[in-house]
Amino acid sequence: MLYTAVAAGSFRRYATYRMATVAGVFTNTVFGFIVAYTYIALWDERPHLGGYDQAQAVTFVWTGQALLASVALLIGGVGELQERIRTGDIAVDLYRPADLQLWWLSADLGRAALQLLGRGVVPMAVGALFFPLALPADALTWACFLLSTTLAVVVSFALRYLVALACFWLLDGSGLAMISGLACMFFSGMVLPLRVFPGGFGELAQLLPWAAMLQVPADVLLGARTGGSLLRGLAFQAMWGVLLLAAGRLVQSAATRKVVVHGG
Amino acid sequence: MSGAAAAERLIEVDGVEKVFSVRRKAGRLRRVKDEVRAVDGISFRVPRGEMVGYIGPNGAGKSTTIKMLTGILVPSGGRLRVAGIDPARERTRLARRIGVVFGQRTTLWWDLPLKDSYELVRRMYRVPDTAYRANLERCVELLDLAPLLDVPVRQLSLGQRMRGDIAAALLHDPEVLYLDEPTIGLDVISKAKVREFLLEVNAERGTTVLLTTHDLTDIEQLCRRVMVIDHGRLVYDGGLAGLRAAGDGERTLVVDLERELPPIEGVPGARTVKVEGPRQWLAFPAARSAAPLVAAVAERYPLVDLSVREPDIEDVIAKLYAGGDSGPDSPGGA
Repeated sequence: MLYTAVAAGSFRRYATYRMATVAGVFTNTVFGFIVAYTYIALWDERPHLGGYDQAQAVTFVWTGQALLASVALLIGGVGELQERIRTGDIAVDLYRPADLQLWWLSADLGRAALQLLGRGVVPMAVGALFFPLALPADALTWACFLLSTTLAVVVSFALRYLVALACFWLLDGSGLAMISGLACMFFSGMVLPLRVFPGGFGELAQLLPWAAMLQVPADVLLGARTGGSLLRGLAFQAMWGVLLLAAGRLVQSAATRKVVVHGG
Repeated sequence: MSGAAAAERLIEVDGVEKVFSVRRKAGRLRRVKDEVRAVDGISFRVPRGEMVGYIGPNGAGKSTTIKMLTGILVPSGGRLRVAGIDPARERTRLARRIGVVFGQRTTLWWDLPLKDSYELVRRMYRVPDTAYRANLERCVELLDLAPLLDVPVRQLSLGQRMRGDIAAALLHDPEVLYLDEPTIGLDVISKAKVREFLLEVNAERGTTVLLTTHDLTDIEQLCRRVMVIDHGRLVYDGGLAGLRAAGDGERTLVVDLERELPPIEGVPGARTVKVEGPRQWLAFPAARSAAPLVAAVAERYPLVDLSVREPDIEDVIAKLYAGGDSGPDSPGGA
C-alpha cells in the first residue's frame, strides 16, 4: 500500500533526528516536573478539583507531556506543507497520482507514531518513577487509550491541515498557525484539564475539537471514562475527525482549483 | 481511449489560453482587477518520440504551459490533450503516464536514502516488479547512481540530486517527460551526463520529451525542434536551423588574405564588417549559401584560408524576444 509506505517512510525520517528526540524528551520531562508540582500545590488546596484526585491530576500532566509532540499540541499547522505551498514545491506533490490529504495524513501518522515512542514513553516512565500515577492495570484500557490517541492525532492533523491550506490564500501562514497553536494549547486541556473550568465555558470547551486531542485520551487513560462514557468519547473524537477531514477535502479542492503556484 | 491518430500526436494544444486576474492597489482602499494573459492562445502538436525545446524569457509562459499540460492548472480557453487525455479533468490518470522533473524542486524525500524515494515511486505508480527492477538498473548504470542509493538526499550535491530526480521521473516508463530547466545550476560534467542520458532515453524508449531551459546548449544538443514563447505567444516553432534565419541572423565569412588590403568590396549580398590585418569579416544573411560568396572573393582576392561562422543562437533568440513585443505571428508555423 502506498500510504502505509508513506507513513513508514515518515516514521523513519523522524527517527533520523536522534538529537532532536533526545532534546525533546529532556524538555518534556523537565516541564512534566514543573507542571506536576504546580498541580500538586493546586490539588492540595482544592482536592478533587474537576473531579480528579491528586494522582489522577498528576497523571493528566504526564499524559499531556507524553502526547505533546505526538499529537502536536503546541503546533498550529503543518510546517513542512506550509513551506511547500509558500515556495511552490507543492506543485511537485500535485503531479503525483496520489491524494494530497491522504498523503499528508499518512506522513503525519508515521511522525506521530515515532514521536509517541520516542518522546512519549520516556517522560511517562520518568513520571511514573517519581510520582504515584493513576495508570490502568488492564490491557484493554491501554488499548482504548492507544485508539483514542490515534483519533487524537487524526483530529489534530485534520485541523492543522486546514490551517496549512490557508497558505494557498495567505502569503505567510505562520501567524495563523501560531494563533491556532495557542488555541490548541489552552482548549486541549494542556494548561488545565477542561473539566476544571466551571459553567457554560467549561462545557463549551469540552465540545470543541481540541478537547478530542488531549482531554479525551487522558480521561480514557485515567479511567475517568468507562463504558458508555468511553464510547461517547471515542465517537466524539471520530466525529470531529470525519468533519474536519471532510472540510479539509473541500478546501483542498478549492485550493487546487485556484492554485497559483508561487514562484513559477 | 485514444485512437491511432491521437497516438501519433501525443500532445495536442489548440488555442490554449491562461488568464490570471491580479488585484492591484489603486488608491487607499480601491483595488482594481487586472488581467494577466500568461498564455495567450498557443497551438502546437508534438508527435510521439519527439524531443522539443520550449524556450522563452522569464515570465513568458513556459511553466504555465507545462502546468496546464500536466493538469494542475486549468486553461481559461482552448483545447488540450495529452495521450488523448484532458489533463485538467483526469489529472491522476494522466499522472501515471507522464514524468515531470523540475530543476529547482525535488520530488525526493529529503531525509531518507535515495532508494527509499524510488521504492515510494514504485508503489505510487504501481510499477510491476520486473519493469521496476530493469528501469532502476538502467538508470543506476547510466546516471552513475550506484554509490548514491544509500545516501540521504539532503547530503547529495545538486548534480547528484538532479540525476536522482531524473531517474525518479522515469521509473514508471512515462510516455511524456516534461523537463523544466533540468540543467540549471549544474557543472559542465553533470550537464553533459544529463544530456547524454536524455538522448539515450529518447532513442531507446521513444519517450517524448518537452524541455524548457535557458541553457541553449541543451537545445542545440538535444532538440531538433524548438518552440519559442514570448508574452504568452508562440513566436517561433520549427527547426533549430530555421530559428537562425527567423531571427534575421547573419552568418559570417571570415577570410584570411595574403596581405593587408582595404576592406573587400563588390561582393553581392555581403558586407565587410571588420578588418584586422590580413583577416576580414563579411556578414551575409543566414539563409543564403556561402559558396557564391567564397567564389566571388577567391576570384578577386588572394585568398589563403576561410571559415564560416554560424550566428550565435543566443543573439538570434534575443532578437526574437525583442521582436515579440511588436507581436509578429509565428513565422515558422506548426
